Amino acid sequence: MLEIGLSHYLVVAAILFALGFFGIFLNRKNVIIILMSVELMLLAVNINFVAFSVFLQDLVGQIFAMFVLGIAAAEAAIGLAIIVVYFRNRGTIAVEDINVMKG
Amino acid sequence: MIIYAIAFYLFAAVAVASGTMVVAARNPVHSVLFLILAFFNAAALFVLMGAEFLAMVLVIVYVGAVAVLFLFVVMMLDINFAELRQGFMRYLPVGALIGLVLLAELILIGGTWVFSPDAEVAISDKFYMSGEITNAHALGLVLYTKYAYLFQTAGLVLLVAMIGAIVLTFRSRPGVRRQKIGAQVGRRVEDSVELRKVKSREGV
Repeated sequence: MLEIGLSHYLVVAAILFALGFFGIFLNRKNVIIILMSVELMLLAVNINFVAFSVFLQDLVGQIFAMFVLGIAAAEAAIGLAIIVVYFRNRGTIAVEDINVMKG
Repeated sequence: MIIYAIAFYLFAAVAVASGTMVVAARNPVHSVLFLILAFFNAAALFVLMGAEFLAMVLVIVYVGAVAVLFLFVVMMLDINFAELRQGFMRYLPVGALIGLVLLAELILIGGTWVFSPDAEVAISDKFYMSGEITNAHALGLVLYTKYAYLFQTAGLVLLVAMIGAIVLTFRSRPGVRRQKIGAQVGRRVEDSVELRKVKSREGV
C-alpha cells in the first residue's frame, strides 16, 4: 500500500481514461466537452507512457509521450477552429444538428 | 517513502476528482478550470516519477496553450449550455455502465500482466535513465539524434495545424476598409493633385 509501484500509476491512468470515455457518453450534445474528454484520455495515455518508461528504465517512452503531447495540441487547435467556424455558420454546436454531410 | 506515498495518493485523488468534475460540471468554464487542475496534478505525478521535463512541458503546453484555447472558445461562443445539457440524466446509466466495464477491463489487464523476459533486451540504453545526467539532458540526447526525423515531422504537423486553424477561421468581411499599400505607393502627382490659377479676391 505504501510502496508505490507501476500498477498504482496504471490504475490512476485507467481511471482517468475511463472518465474521459464516460464523459463522451455523458455530454453527447456538447462538442467542447467531448473534446475535453478526449484530452483527458490522451493525458491518461501519457501517464501510462511515462510510468512504463520510468519503471522499465527506458527513455523512449518519454519521447513518445512528448509526441503525443504535440499531436494533442494540434488536434485541439484544429478541433476548436472547426467548432468556431461551424458556430459562425449555423449558430449552434449541438452534436445532433451536425448532420449536413449525412447522405 | 511515506511522504512519497502520501504525495502520490494526494495528487492521484485530486487528479481523479477533477477529472470527474470535467465531465460532470454544469458550466463548461468550470469544466475547463477542472481540466487545468487535472493537468497540474498529472504534472505532479510526472515529477514524482522523475520525468520532470515532461511535467514542465505538460504545464506549459497543456495549461498554457490548450486549456487557454478551450477557455477562449467556451467564452467566445454564445451558446445556451443549459440546452446542451438536456438528456444528461438519460445518458448517465448507459455511460456509467460502459465506463465501468472499460475500467474493470483495464484494471484486470493491469492486475494480471507481467513483463516479457525479452523486455530487458529490448530496452535501448539504460544510461539515459541511470541518474548520471538530468532528465532534460537525456531527452535532448535521444530526441535530437535518434528521433530527429520524428521530431521534424511533429514540427511539420504543428505547422499544418497552425495554418489549418488560421485558414479555417479566417473570414474576409465585405465593407471593411483596409490599407491598400499598392494603391498608396502607385499614386502619382498627376492623378491626385490639380494646380489651378486662382484669381485674387475670387474663389475657385
